[in-house]
Amino acid sequence: MPLLTDLSAAVVAGKRADTVRLTQELLATGLSPSAIVEQGLVPGMAVVGALFKRNEIFVPEMLVAARAMKEALKVLEPLLAAAGIKPKYTVIIGTVQGDLHDIGKNLISMMWRGAGFAVVDLGTNVPAERYLAAAQEHQAHIVGLSALLTTTMPAMKETVRILKAAGLRHTKIMIGGAPITQAFADEIGADGYAADAGTAVEVARSLVGEAA
Amino acid sequence: MTSREKVHRALAHQSGPVPVDFGSTGLTSLHVSCIAGLREHYGLPLHPVKVCEPFQMLGEVEDDLARALGSDCVAASGRGTMFGFANEGWHEWRTPWGQLVLVPEGFRPREDASGDVYLFPEGDTSVPPSGHMPAGGYFFDAIVRQPPLDEDKLNPADNCEEFKLIGPEDIAHWKTEFTRLRGETRAIVGGIGGTGFGDIALVPAAFLKHPKGIRDVSEWYVSLIERRDYIHQVFTYQCEVALKNLAIYAALAGDTVDVLMICGTDFGTQSSQFCSAATFDELYAPYYRQVNDWIHRHTKWKTFKHSCGAVRPLIDRFIDVGFDILNPVQCSAKDMDPVRLKADFGDRLVFWGGGVDTQHTLPFGTPAEVKAQVMERLRAFSPGGGFVFNTIHNIQARTPVANIVAMVDTIREFNGTTP
Repeated sequence: MPLLTDLSAAVVAGKRADTVRLTQELLATGLSPSAIVEQGLVPGMAVVGALFKRNEIFVPEMLVAARAMKEALKVLEPLLAAAGIKPKYTVIIGTVQGDLHDIGKNLISMMWRGAGFAVVDLGTNVPAERYLAAAQEHQAHIVGLSALLTTTMPAMKETVRILKAAGLRHTKIMIGGAPITQAFADEIGADGYAADAGTAVEVARSLVGEAA
Repeated sequence: MTSREKVHRALAHQSGPVPVDFGSTGLTSLHVSCIAGLREHYGLPLHPVKVCEPFQMLGEVEDDLARALGSDCVAASGRGTMFGFANEGWHEWRTPWGQLVLVPEGFRPREDASGDVYLFPEGDTSVPPSGHMPAGGYFFDAIVRQPPLDEDKLNPADNCEEFKLIGPEDIAHWKTEFTRLRGETRAIVGGIGGTGFGDIALVPAAFLKHPKGIRDVSEWYVSLIERRDYIHQVFTYQCEVALKNLAIYAALAGDTVDVLMICGTDFGTQSSQFCSAATFDELYAPYYRQVNDWIHRHTKWKTFKHSCGAVRPLIDRFIDVGFDILNPVQCSAKDMDPVRLKADFGDRLVFWGGGVDTQHTLPFGTPAEVKAQVMERLRAFSPGGGFVFNTIHNIQARTPVANIVAMVDTIREFNGTTP
């Protein structure tokens, strides 16, 4: 449907007014809100992620695109809630205790929302116990931990230890942040690592058993 | 050869012993806890270390420690801090990690029940705090105090409140500082503030009591696309003030200063850049060029650009707009291999940094791993000059003293100056 293609393109271009208008036009055609998400917004954000990963767009463009997507979601979410439609996967995200940095965490959060996940954002300076409680409350499929500082990497290690010790059977742990590497993820027993916001969606999909 | 001569040779891309910088800027220094550990290791008098940069909690590298570390550079320090209070009127403060330090009079922390510490702009505890050190933390982060944004009422002047002409108190400070530094045999690194465009660390304006305009980090990045005229107007005004201040400062500093720290704006992430090359050309380059051109026309100073991350695609542009020096040379970021950087840019740019990885090797490696990496970087960057050894950004809290000592010993070994 051309309107869906236009919606995807408006997300990529970060045109907020256009994403709202096109979403309303698509609803007027009788298309379901979930179809608009799956066939319009999600493909648009997938393009954004791919462009970011290839260094063809950068943090500002990604933020603008995510805002455009969020405006469209504001139109759709009440309709999705009223119809009792919930995202298939729930992810928890937060920056670890002692660390107040959130740009990277927010980008990942936006990309996950754009991939159709329900995202519970715990904010920054999050103690291990809060991750655990949120994972249990929301029956999370993934818990994402972010850290910018070398001094808070031990807190990330400790959080992973506590989450693992809790024996959450269906919850995978994913980590990322400036000083974080795959080797560190392996060392502390995290299930996944993403180097950037574009890769984060692929890794998350892989962790929940969906093709990236 | 004096330290200053060593640095001059390096800046002139001439071979010689590799000069070293520990402590000449707020980007090339050490956490206050590391300073205390090093003083103890080297058997220097133990006393509370001055926190000369309260935002990152950087400690003062006193002359005796500078000698022990082999540092060839010294700061011509400004009067103010990130929180808008002056670096004067020192008093003791016990940090959350138990270290007794000295902090300026305006450093009036408030601790809440959970152990989080807050600092206030200009030390004014009657206004909302602008800095936050979480319990268990070692640094402050700026608290975003973004006033509600009304698109129709956005005024670029609101983002220009911090750009002011150097006043009488600062002039008096600089006169004292340059008098103090007269006869100094180390290279002198100065800085006046206000010459870096769009430094994201400064956008929240931890130094202002009631910041106006665009002060949220994400909102600022969005504005680079959606409100580009606004940003141009801010940069235009900032540049006008900066050029006037450079003239005032140059009249005071003259040839006392060797290097001027211009800009801490980070253009790189771990694997990419914060903006496209086209955005750099359109939005930043005109202003950087004006600042660098003025300095090169009127002084002998070399200009120092800091940017973390994977900035390789922008390095030609940094050179083109007139920067002489790149710091911190984050070799762990994408496409920042030291050998390739040296081959491609080493004849046109001085690398001030790159010496050892402060995200991985220095804090978490063994002394042997530190030695191996430091030696590798010295071999990569030092041929033909154009290299001032420094760690990749400040040495972070919890970095083992043994690793820092291994780094210092390795530089001495390379330079053939091991005692």
